[in-house]
Amino acid sequence: MEPVVDIRGLTKRFGEREVLRGLDLTVPAGICFGVLGPNGAGKTTTLRALLGLTPVSGGEVRVFGEVMPAAGRAVRARCGVVPQADNLDPDFTVIENLQVYARYFGLADAAVAERIRELLAFVELTDRADAPIATLSGGMKRRLTMARALINRPELIILDEPTTGLDPQVRRMIWARLRALREEGRTLLLTTHYMDEAERLCDELVIIDHGKILERGTPRELIRKHIESEVLEVRGKVEQASAALAGAKDARIELIGDIHYCYTRDARALMATLEQHHELTFLHRPASLEDVFLKLTGHELRD
Amino acid sequence: MPTTTRPRFRHAAFAVWARNMLVLRKMLWSSLVINFGEPLLYLVGLGFGLGMYIGGQMDMPYLTFLASGILASSAMNTATFEALFGVFTRMVPQKSYDAMLASPLQIADILVGEILYCATKSVIHGSGILVVAALLGAVTGWQALWVLPLLFLVGLSFASLALIMTALAGSYAFFSYYTTLVMMPLMLLSGVFYPITALPVLVQNILYGLPLIHAVQLVRPLMAGLPVTDVALHLAVLVAYGVVGYLIAIRLIHKRLSI
Repeated sequence: MEPVVDIRGLTKRFGEREVLRGLDLTVPAGICFGVLGPNGAGKTTTLRALLGLTPVSGGEVRVFGEVMPAAGRAVRARCGVVPQADNLDPDFTVIENLQVYARYFGLADAAVAERIRELLAFVELTDRADAPIATLSGGMKRRLTMARALINRPELIILDEPTTGLDPQVRRMIWARLRALREEGRTLLLTTHYMDEAERLCDELVIIDHGKILERGTPRELIRKHIESEVLEVRGKVEQASAALAGAKDARIELIGDIHYCYTRDARALMATLEQHHELTFLHRPASLEDVFLKLTGHELRD
Repeated sequence: MPTTTRPRFRHAAFAVWARNMLVLRKMLWSSLVINFGEPLLYLVGLGFGLGMYIGGQMDMPYLTFLASGILASSAMNTATFEALFGVFTRMVPQKSYDAMLASPLQIADILVGEILYCATKSVIHGSGILVVAALLGAVTGWQALWVLPLLFLVGLSFASLALIMTALAGSYAFFSYYTTLVMMPLMLLSGVFYPITALPVLVQNILYGLPLIHAVQLVRPLMAGLPVTDVALHLAVLVAYGVVGYLIAIRLIHKRLSI
């Protein structure tokens, strides 16, 4: 089947700065696909390019098989976008936001009345239909933004950090809705900084940095490929922890900040050693996508 | 689920216009007060007061002279302020255009919709002035209704020009250059309050190269029931400013939003 998104050799320069350097990305239909990367890696620029909202410096972008940005109007009519920053219309109520947005898609009021009722129920805002935007909480705004992105029954839904800044209840609710949308056969493309979110939602993902794809696969594949199966995080005085871990065999140890991360296939021996050291505390956990992410993109801060 | 109803993209600009009209409708009462209150103050305050001194020196009552000047200049002001402050608010702090551009709308649709809305506001505001002027006896005959489509054109023209400033603005403060250095002199010098024949010939010639005087000279005879002269010239200048303003503004806004 033809991929929904097919990006080849995409480059983008802002003056001297190269934001995308030959990025290749194909997104098959009907899955939830994640784009992970530190700030400034080129995630948002990639999303803008595939919606035809930014001129590219080189390469080819096809969405639904159509060449962008030439087919921008037609392609965007089949997409739904949940942007990073809420841009709901503050001049309107909840329901008016959906009505007005539907008109941008050329959908007549009568034709979308039923759809709007469905969507308000879907994001649990039915009882807030007539509330002004200013009275909504952050979580409600996000849910409304999500409903707005679905007004045109999009085949491809693009979500740029959909759950940033939300409380755990709302995050879980949004995850459930995103899974429901995927079950309906829609394609989801999302960026996120939350590795647990990517691990739970994404069937497949890419990690990008400095405008290039570093790695691609399912969350499990990536963890298995790059990280030992178990992780011990050791806290305490750095010198004491270093001394205690000095004799550890079969473990890869990294010191980041004041925590020693021990990656190993079998943590039992190491835990037995650490039990002796009452001055240290440790956390034993399975390897996660975050470990992969940090290994591939490094530990230095990005702004 | 059934697939999307096929969008009617030809109406794209009107969706933007309709969005703004819905906001305007919500502020109907407050805008009515402004639309009728302001011209009433001008016409009663200036028209009767100044008219006592000036009366009889012109080929029409001063109140008619002033009302036509106010009509033309308020169309300029209304469209300009909406295109500066209104558009900037939607483009920058509210990020409304980001939301619109994620739909099938394009930058041109948004700008055309905004300009149409600015011009519509000019007509609505002008209608208020026209009603007040008629009640005060400053309007001679039904031909004065031709003023309304004319104000629409004046609105289109000044909205397009103002969008250039909006495209370049980093904050609201930037607009005071335009309102103080461009709008104020235009309003004070373009024959709104007194005939421009009172000014030096050089200044008069400069003013004929600018748009407002042409709006005034079309509106005034329509209000006074006098024959309208040089219609094609006046219309051509207004259209030319509008077209050039639009072409520059859309380039600048493309540069600003397509990053």
